[in-house]
Amino acid sequence: MQEVTIGIAGAAGDGLDKSGDTLAKTCGRSGLHVYAYNCYQSIIRGGHIWLKVRIGDEKVLNHGDKLNAVICLNQDSLERHAPEVNEGGVIIFNSDKLKLDPTLVPQGVQALGLPMTEICKEVVAEHGALQPIMQNTVAVGAVLALAKFSLEDASSVMHDTFAHKGEKIINLNVSLLKVGFEYANANAKAFTKEWTFSKKRRPFLTGNEAIAFGAAAAGCKFYSAYPMTPASTILHWMANHATEVDICVKQCEDELSVINMAIGAGIGGVRSMCGTAGGGFALMTEAIGMAGIMEVPVVCVEVQRGGPSTGLPTKTEQGDLFQVYGASQGEFPKMIIAPRDIADCYDSTVESFNVADKFQLPVLLISDLLLSEHPETVDPEAFYRDTKLDRGELVTEWSEAQGKFKRFRFTDSGISPRALPGTANCNFVSATDDHDEESILISDMFTSSPIRRKISEKRFRKMDLLLSELPAPKLEGPADADVTLVCWGSTSGVVCEAAELLTAAGIKTNFLVIKYIVPFHAKEVTELLTKAKKKISAEVNFTSQMARYIKMETGISMDGHINRYDGEPLEPREIMQKVQDILAGKKLDLDVSEADAREMAYHYLRTHFSEKLRPVKVTQEASNGYGEPIWNVELVERATGKRGGGMKIGARTGATYSFEKEPVEAK
Amino acid sequence: MATVIELPIETYKGPVEPDWCPGCGDFGVLRSVQTAAGKLGIHPKDLLVVSGIGCSSNLPGFIHAYGIHSLHGRSVPVATGAHLANTDLKVVITGGDGDGYGIGVGHLIHAMRRNLDITYVVMDNQIYGLTTGQTSPTTAKGHKTKSTPNGNFESPLNPLVLAITSGATYVARGFSGEQKQLGELIAGGIAHKGFSLIDVFSPCVTYNKINTYPYFKQRVYKLEDEGYEPNDFYKSIERAYEWGERIPLGVLYKTDQETYEDNEPVLQKGPLVKQKLGLSEQVHNSLIEEMI
Repeated sequence: MQEVTIGIAGAAGDGLDKSGDTLAKTCGRSGLHVYAYNCYQSIIRGGHIWLKVRIGDEKVLNHGDKLNAVICLNQDSLERHAPEVNEGGVIIFNSDKLKLDPTLVPQGVQALGLPMTEICKEVVAEHGALQPIMQNTVAVGAVLALAKFSLEDASSVMHDTFAHKGEKIINLNVSLLKVGFEYANANAKAFTKEWTFSKKRRPFLTGNEAIAFGAAAAGCKFYSAYPMTPASTILHWMANHATEVDICVKQCEDELSVINMAIGAGIGGVRSMCGTAGGGFALMTEAIGMAGIMEVPVVCVEVQRGGPSTGLPTKTEQGDLFQVYGASQGEFPKMIIAPRDIADCYDSTVESFNVADKFQLPVLLISDLLLSEHPETVDPEAFYRDTKLDRGELVTEWSEAQGKFKRFRFTDSGISPRALPGTANCNFVSATDDHDEESILISDMFTSSPIRRKISEKRFRKMDLLLSELPAPKLEGPADADVTLVCWGSTSGVVCEAAELLTAAGIKTNFLVIKYIVPFHAKEVTELLTKAKKKISAEVNFTSQMARYIKMETGISMDGHINRYDGEPLEPREIMQKVQDILAGKKLDLDVSEADAREMAYHYLRTHFSEKLRPVKVTQEASNGYGEPIWNVELVERATGKRGGGMKIGARTGATYSFEKEPVEAK
Repeated sequence: MATVIELPIETYKGPVEPDWCPGCGDFGVLRSVQTAAGKLGIHPKDLLVVSGIGCSSNLPGFIHAYGIHSLHGRSVPVATGAHLANTDLKVVITGGDGDGYGIGVGHLIHAMRRNLDITYVVMDNQIYGLTTGQTSPTTAKGHKTKSTPNGNFESPLNPLVLAITSGATYVARGFSGEQKQLGELIAGGIAHKGFSLIDVFSPCVTYNKINTYPYFKQRVYKLEDEGYEPNDFYKSIERAYEWGERIPLGVLYKTDQETYEDNEPVLQKGPLVKQKLGLSEQVHNSLIEEMI
């Protein structure tokens, strides 16, 4: 695969997401594949934002771990990301405003400073002074040239992006692209060869957009939500398209209301969905059980983020498996489905609605921030239209001659034909108390142990039938592998690439993605894993929740675990290295690395000294009285480059033991 | 306007007899809901009675209609969802003071400010009955209950003032000892386009020995007997604060305002449940195209 990775770094409010969008859509129109990952923070302005766009001529499964070009929009970004660029790559920045310390430029990397004032002269003469954000467009033009992307497709994206602002703004932006494009061609070398553009146009969208689109395609008529990152963009999509797709969209007062309204709408007779993050889902749990005992179809999306509690609102994690699994008191049938990529977000959502209706149960679709918020290009065929909208067994007419309508009739399949309120002669109560076939309560005045037993069995029979209709998971990759990686959700993309890297390196590796969590293919998974040689789980959490769940369901333990829980997604070479370490019997190294120490110093300086200082040299020394080895971090004044002080950080614990500064103006 | 064909109260006779204590105020409320539905000629297939949890929330099981016996405090959002799904249904919420003014009060306020076309009948007995007699949000100060053995020292919530100031457009108070009036108040609420809150004194004969039938009989008066017109916001609040020797019954406030349903664009195409499922080819393709 021919591929390049381009980074854009700056502060929130610098407009770098727009630049990333231009770049990604340009490639999407040329027929290339794109995967973008936005490492953003929960603030509106300021803070450090790091967007990575990986582009290839084949499907790109994750954001990767390479960097061929970086556009830096402020001094901090330049210092932090310039050293990460791979050989042959390029660092692009506004040389009128920013200064690049030559010692930060790796061997064989080009530094392309853009003298903005000089090169934009003619554009300014024609259009007037530029807003700072427009310089991003010049930088995008430069990267287009060096990455050999199509200026024509980029211009067409500009036409569509600024269509609502008129011809003049379109022309201005196209001119800026050209300025950057021409300057880069004249002053730097391309970092990749010519592409073969298939020109197949692919939509570029996030997992949340795919979930929302899937819901609309599946006939969802009601969507309720309370704003919560990283689920809010489903609400936004729904609200923006409500009248186009005829969905009643309700922002509620809290998540209790959200789920209860969605269930009410389900009883009322429409396909309904709600969405939230882990914290909101915690509030919803009681009602999930209500949908279970009332046998109401409803779809609930839980997008995981770093927890617990408020945790890391804008960072990714797979830490909610057990919360979703254990949601609500008591036992009841439900489905838990975990889509693995963006196309699957669409597919799984459609499937969720069909299962919910057919089996009359709550379907919990579990996603995570990475899957829900990162955009990628997807083949348009993935968004198929002719979905089988299976509403299940619905009674639309019932005559008194047929006798009493029994809403919860004890059937072989466990599925009792359902009537919607408004149907004559079918009156019943949907009750949270347990009940008999006719929906008369068996909880208080008319208790009945055998009826309780039979209705429990009836409800759980639905799970047997459901399991038999779901495709069992399969091993992907070489059958005779030495290593089997086990994962779920968004981690499957990076695991797939890691398995390929390992296999290419001589360690034959295949992998297993668990999509259907409840009901679970215990028999099939037991068979697959019993035959597997070395089983290693890879999850973005601390406690290996899927590995524990598999053990619970199959009795099979993993031979090793790969975990990441710092808010960032796993990367292919990271998994590869960790697999090699596990195979070599190497003890898990949790020490603070040199790069970690540098980032920790950045954190301390930003929170205590604004951005007046920056770390330069990081060296390790012996314990020196601290009871552990120490990272010594040398600091310089950002403005002058003069020595600014030093920090000592514990190499094991990460404790900030000391900070000394030369006389420098404090914050 | 179509002629209303009144239906007899027996139309709504439920499958089982109520399990309330003999003498419970809720019997009168049940009969009044049935009377109101009959008076308005609502077919049992088109009546949806939604409740939460509590003695009074058992009501949907005792009436021939569609019912939802939901979670404690959640009757309002469940009813909202069902109503928005099928606006052809007449939705009546029935529940107690603990359910509506305690655990569920957040939802109530928002439903009122949305002015959804829903009728909420609260059987207010100023005590938690199902859990055997603890203090409730409307329990009087000084009242000794199982959870306040030395007397309740929290001020009671005033549901009528809350309703009027939150945006409910039909606010009334009834008494299960005055069933004829109560049936009319509930019928008025169901017929009203917008959110109706009817707070009903429904004595708990087992756990509230203070707010009894005689207690209310001695104090209540009917607003209509004094020529009161329920169209003045500020005057209605004055009446809503009346307590002690004279307690008003009747419609305190009524106003015609736009409802939530009037403004929800998707509902202008008819009830959601009757709309076509899925997307047309044209819409589907345009959704894909906008992402390229």
